[in-house]
Amino acid sequence: MSVLVYIQTLEGKATKAGLEVASFANKMNAGDVTALVAGSLSGDGELGSVGVSKVLHFSESATDNSQLSKLTHAAANSVNASTILFSGNIEGSSVAPRVAIAMNSGYVAGVTCLPEGKGFTRNVYSGKATALVNVNSEVCVISITPNSFGIKLDECESAVESFSAEIGSQRVVINGFTPTSTDGSVPLPEAERVVSAGRGLKGPENWGIVEDLASALGATTACSRPVGDMGWRPHHEHVGQTGVTIRPDLYIACGISGAIQHLAGVNQSKVIVVINTDPEAPFFKAADYGIVGDVFDVLPKITEAIKEL
Amino acid sequence: MKLLVCISKAPDTTSRISFTDGDKRFDESDVQFIVNPYDEWYALVRAVELVEAHGGSVTTIIVGDSTCDPIVRKALAIGATDAVRIDASPTDSSQVARLISNYALDKSYDIIFTGKETIDHNSSAVPAMIAECMDLPYVAFATSIEVEGQVSTLHCESGGGTNNVSVTGAFVLSASKGMAEQRIPNMRGIMSARTKPLAVVAPSEVTPTTEVSKFTLPPAKGDCVMVDADNAADLVRLLREEAKII
Repeated sequence: MSVLVYIQTLEGKATKAGLEVASFANKMNAGDVTALVAGSLSGDGELGSVGVSKVLHFSESATDNSQLSKLTHAAANSVNASTILFSGNIEGSSVAPRVAIAMNSGYVAGVTCLPEGKGFTRNVYSGKATALVNVNSEVCVISITPNSFGIKLDECESAVESFSAEIGSQRVVINGFTPTSTDGSVPLPEAERVVSAGRGLKGPENWGIVEDLASALGATTACSRPVGDMGWRPHHEHVGQTGVTIRPDLYIACGISGAIQHLAGVNQSKVIVVINTDPEAPFFKAADYGIVGDVFDVLPKITEAIKEL
Repeated sequence: MKLLVCISKAPDTTSRISFTDGDKRFDESDVQFIVNPYDEWYALVRAVELVEAHGGSVTTIIVGDSTCDPIVRKALAIGATDAVRIDASPTDSSQVARLISNYALDKSYDIIFTGKETIDHNSSAVPAMIAECMDLPYVAFATSIEVEGQVSTLHCESGGGTNNVSVTGAFVLSASKGMAEQRIPNMRGIMSARTKPLAVVAPSEVTPTTEVSKFTLPPAKGDCVMVDADNAADLVRLLREEAKII
């Protein structure tokens, strides 16, 4: 029995999402953990720090999810893996289901905690319920919700081996990539802290106080749907149903009333802070901390207090 | 062009979620069902726009029992040409994907559309699974698509940014925000939807690979701790000392 984890790297090191998935694999106690890396790798990519004993490195180019699926399938066979883990980010959830079909194995998406016996727990109904899912096949394919498990250090020696497999041709040609942020902030689905604002900000020219608070906290900025639709902020910042679903440790909502569609995208946040002039705003019912007040008055005070920490 | 749009029946966003059968099944009583928003707003509307511009047909496909029919009529009212319902009650995403793939395999669709996820199961699994079953390329979380002859050019969400990609020939895509604007069916659309063809087909034999053993509702949220606006800095103290989050 062994566990295979598919790891994305950036400049040779495992990404935060990658280290989280490897930590999950290690803590499952389901056998040796092998990491599969396609792309840049320097040393062990820091994977030894989270209990990965072997790293398989595929150094040729593989970009299509069909190619990455074939590669993962081959690696899983070579280490006789009984569990194959992915991050539940966009790349993970485009490759993992393909692997499950190719290996005729059960797939559980968006797992949030370690399994109980054969059952994996995942969020369903946009965070309004959880499901315990049993897998009926010998091999199971799992994706982990980003920022749900965290990175758990467990130093070990990690052996790096080069790995090769027949992965077919590239059929989706990448012509270019445009990053959403140039300031180096963490993408929303993986962010640990998010500061979000809505129509209460009255206009795009007022976003400075939101950005100041986000920068003091090391947080990523987000917005409500009306704000994205009116073009005050880019679409990719829209959190909520039909936008991005997030799961940060801290979510601060400024001037957002908390419509049910918005809550569906943010209700898995660990701590929710709501700042709104309307004491009847429905968002207060879903919040851990609330301030009834004017964001133009309250936000600079909070930013100041954070800078003094 | 010949397009296939996979749609799913989902509980309306405002529905109260509860379970029955020893918490093994979603309780559908008194629940208002809608076309899954990602399938409708983004995938279906963009497919209809493409056919309006280039000619061809949009077929919608759903896996479900006859309670899905009102949803299918809504999709026809928005502008789909015809509809297929695979008469089955699937329990997992691989089953849905295999049933759709088995149906679509010999129909030579140019593009197969889905939404980026359903709002009930939230797996984002079906489009990638269909692509694997049919050995097709898959473009995930697409935010725009233009088609010229055999070549489709798309923007799609990727870790921390947007990729510009192109694909030649048939492929599967999942649609995300930005793909199209919501369309409200007009009276003509609603009337014509009543007579558009809805083929009910028997399912091929497919067994699920997972099963839900239990659904659980989350524990009730504790009361919100209110902080005085004049003393907003106290929030920072609470976040550090009580919530231990900063």
